[in-house]
Amino acid sequence: MRWWLPDAGSTFAGPIDALFLAILIITGIALVLVEVGLVTFVIRYRGRPGRKAFYTHGSTRAEVIWTAIPAVTMVALGLISNHYWVLIKDKKSVPPNAYHLGVHAKQFEWQVTYPGADGKLGTADDFTVRNQLHVVVNEPTAVELSSEDVIHSFFVPEWRLKQDAVPGMHITAWFQATKTGEFELGCAELCGMGHYKMRARVFVHTPDEFKAWMAQQAAGGTE
Amino acid sequence: MTSVAHAKPEGGGGAHDAHHAPMSFWRKYIFSTDHKIIGIQFLFVSLFFLLVGGLLAMQIRWQLGFPGQPMPGGSILPETMAVNRVILPEYYVQLVSMHGTFMVFFAIMPLLVGVYANFLIPLKIGTHDMAFPRINMASFWLALLAGLIMTASFFVPNGPIRSGWTNYAPLAARPDLSGVTVGQMLWCISIVVLGLSSVMGSLNYITTVINHRAPGMTWFRMPLSVWALFITAILGVLALPVLQGAAIMLLFDNVLGTHFFDPVAGGQALLWQHLFWFFGHPEVYILILPAMGMVSDIIANGSRKPIFGYHSMVFAIIGIAFLGWIVWGHHMFMSGMNPTLGSTFMVSTLLIAVPSAIKVFNWLGTMWRGNLRFHVPMLNAIGFVSMFTIGGLSGIFMAATPVDIPLHDTQFIVAHIHYVLFGGSLFALFAAITYWYPKMFGRMMNEGIGKLHFFLTFIFYNMTFFPMHIIGMGGQMRRIYDPTVYDFLKPQQPLNVFISYSAFALFAVQFLFAFNFLWSLKFGKKAPQNPWEDNGMEWSLPNPAPHGNWEKTPNVYRGPYEFSAPEAGDKDYLPQYTKLPTDRDPVPAPLPAGGH
Amino acid sequence: MKGRIFSVVGGMFLLTVCSKGDRGAVQAAPPATPPAVSSDVGAAVAAGGTITGKVKFTGTAPRNPAIDMSEEAACKAKYTTTPTEENVMAGPANALSNVFVYVSAGVPAGQTFPAPATPVVLDQSGCRYHPHVFGVMVGQNIEIRNSDPLLHNIKAIAKKNRPFNVSQPTAGMTKTVTFTAPEVMVNLECNVHGWMHAYAGVRPDPFYAVSGPDGSFSIKGLPPGTYTVEAWHEKFGTQTATVTIAGTESKTANFTFAAR
Repeated sequence: MRWWLPDAGSTFAGPIDALFLAILIITGIALVLVEVGLVTFVIRYRGRPGRKAFYTHGSTRAEVIWTAIPAVTMVALGLISNHYWVLIKDKKSVPPNAYHLGVHAKQFEWQVTYPGADGKLGTADDFTVRNQLHVVVNEPTAVELSSEDVIHSFFVPEWRLKQDAVPGMHITAWFQATKTGEFELGCAELCGMGHYKMRARVFVHTPDEFKAWMAQQAAGGTE
Repeated sequence: MTSVAHAKPEGGGGAHDAHHAPMSFWRKYIFSTDHKIIGIQFLFVSLFFLLVGGLLAMQIRWQLGFPGQPMPGGSILPETMAVNRVILPEYYVQLVSMHGTFMVFFAIMPLLVGVYANFLIPLKIGTHDMAFPRINMASFWLALLAGLIMTASFFVPNGPIRSGWTNYAPLAARPDLSGVTVGQMLWCISIVVLGLSSVMGSLNYITTVINHRAPGMTWFRMPLSVWALFITAILGVLALPVLQGAAIMLLFDNVLGTHFFDPVAGGQALLWQHLFWFFGHPEVYILILPAMGMVSDIIANGSRKPIFGYHSMVFAIIGIAFLGWIVWGHHMFMSGMNPTLGSTFMVSTLLIAVPSAIKVFNWLGTMWRGNLRFHVPMLNAIGFVSMFTIGGLSGIFMAATPVDIPLHDTQFIVAHIHYVLFGGSLFALFAAITYWYPKMFGRMMNEGIGKLHFFLTFIFYNMTFFPMHIIGMGGQMRRIYDPTVYDFLKPQQPLNVFISYSAFALFAVQFLFAFNFLWSLKFGKKAPQNPWEDNGMEWSLPNPAPHGNWEKTPNVYRGPYEFSAPEAGDKDYLPQYTKLPTDRDPVPAPLPAGGH
Repeated sequence: MKGRIFSVVGGMFLLTVCSKGDRGAVQAAPPATPPAVSSDVGAAVAAGGTITGKVKFTGTAPRNPAIDMSEEAACKAKYTTTPTEENVMAGPANALSNVFVYVSAGVPAGQTFPAPATPVVLDQSGCRYHPHVFGVMVGQNIEIRNSDPLLHNIKAIAKKNRPFNVSQPTAGMTKTVTFTAPEVMVNLECNVHGWMHAYAGVRPDPFYAVSGPDGSFSIKGLPPGTYTVEAWHEKFGTQTATVTIAGTESKTANFTFAAR
């Protein structure tokens, strides 16, 4: 049983998890404040015969305080969030040395196109593997997302990466995996009756493993 | 609909009734133009759809808790939905789509707006009926027609929609990809009809509030419930036509072969999302503002204190409604929309936390140093405040775009929307139904059953929806038929089982409410004229209020929340209609109140 | 979409090229050998003429692509060697199986044929359809069966029949469907496994067959008359031949496709 976010598996996990924790603390404080206030008032001011409520229409000072504090907090949160948002999602943030893969989504499969020996997509030595995403650890990777039919969403929880694949659009999403091993890629946008089965395995290799796998693929082997 | 026959219209409006020829049962209860009867008609119909939505939810929970296992009672389903009592993936997708559709469009929205805008606005502003009673009647019948069309889609070949209540194109636009044919058309047609009903209703509410307030009912003497319903009506009039337009385009894509949303022929897949959410986010506020308004009235009553910061509460309602128009993009952070646009929507979304916080703190302020009465409406209103707070705060996680990346389209958002819509709107509705039940039917709902229902609902509700945050953090996507297909979701399957059991209990507990509601129609305690010792104009009338409400347009002498005012003497409330020796009669408004 | 247009155009081209030679083949063919696969519904029809023949191809058959089933362990376990797609099933001596051969014209319009009571079974096993190509009569039941412990959906792409798209998430599920109008061919596919394709030839009469591993077929029970016989192959297109049946005789119609 897991009570927290999945294990961190990419460079995005650090800031996103930290931000998550920060928001959890802020909202936690607000929640405790409200709920403790509610419970306290419920007990303390429970109705008793012969007692009359304090007649007041409010207090401007109190209201200014509880307007200003959330406003300032939210603006600060927005500024910090935006910094990481741009870092993760902005087109200009894709590292120039990123290794590009093509990920084509269709009902209900992921077709991953690898650039082959020349390292370039769109050449003759490209090859496509169904439902398997192989990447190299600690190397920036960019997936060029496209869709055959409907909207799908590329989601690897450990990488804290999610991006819709939209028909008619070419969207590039980048990441840098930090942990080797086997993970799962799921579809996060309802794409039809087989939505739940649109699952691929993700392999994060060391550079040598990846080379070996590429060589095996070039030789026509499957796995 | 026959159950409403218990309402006794002869009430006390004798002289006024003399204007009308005696009405047949059909005119009085079926084709009624009386805003109260129309409200009650909406109440019965939307409670029925609430039950339908709940039944769909139970099947969803069965499948998520026990994927692939034969469902009890599943044998009544045709083999297009379940084979050997095992829910099929296409039926599962239809369940989630129709659960959302029924709950949003045919349960919560009509319960809040159809029922309470109709019932409360004329009573609370002191007028005889709506500005356009016949349009009001048409609005109800169109809503019922829309509901029947939507229900019919279960019985057509290939069944109802399979693309979620949001109907994302191109899945919803291409029958060859969704597998739905007639069902998709019925969805679009039903939504267009429902939109028409909503716009007709909303225009009526807006006109009535602007033109038909009783003398002395100034804008800032209106109860917050009326303010909220008024602002909601403005949202409705502006938002629903957008959805109708989009639904017509979607219908054309399905039937006529246009390609508004299909990129294969030059359409734009994201266009649907922009149109849908441009409607959809104001819609979220349509679903919560009236709840906030009614809860404000009830909390002031239960605290025996004026509402804390009445003016800022009004401006918070207006602020939320305004901001609601510029945040729709936060549903689309992962859609491939330009990330810079995402930044803009993040800021506007975070700002909504400010008026929401004002409201929560002002409710707390209202209870502070009060003399609290824990009647059933008050308990549910307190439940509303505490649960809406969780729902509001969990929204901040997804408003912050980087944190939205792992949480988007997971069970976390499912938890969030249910904390707002169930913990918020539905608790407010339990409060409102109990509170204005005597005004509707002349009897009180049972207090003991009401309290038991509240406490059990509160417990099972939290057991059902709170763990969804955790499985959402763990990454469980929305709308997946079988989470155990994924290795990373398998460890949290026990929590899914726990949620399912809690949900079954939560559903079962609602029969207490249903029983209380129906039983009290006939056997409830007779209601005194002002059972909650409230200040609202509606309590100057007998229970139930007669046709045409007041014989003579009443005068309003003060604001709605003068609880424990010093002038009240030994009582702790001072109704809006009570004329103290020091009060002067208000000058009548230029327009005559009540075009009756 | 583009691919389909090409194959239609290509098929028409082939048809014109081959039709001359075919006519000669029909007359010069030796007496029929016992067919490997016969139209099982033929027995139900009163005795009549029979058309038998063999389907071959010239040239080199394209290699059937290997199927990567590594992400479907339950299916992969059903094979000892790497499974391939079944686009071109070549037999000995360039025999071509999985060709749907049917009488496309010549059956009197007013004549009706009852659909057989036995269903056609379409099994999904090892993430492939069995059979890959089959004929079925209008109104005859098709029993779709899932023998794999995982999700298959069956999407029928049809123009004259009502398309359907149903799923079978677990092993042992069955679903019965029927087609209401003649259509050659209705395409069946699974979207979870993009390689899974099956083709159903829906006919109003029982005069059809699918060529067996040795390329042979047999259509039985034809009343006297002149018939157009069409052979359909998923990659190589269609060919036609004209056959005249005078009594209870057996005529031969051989088809030769050019591999592409």
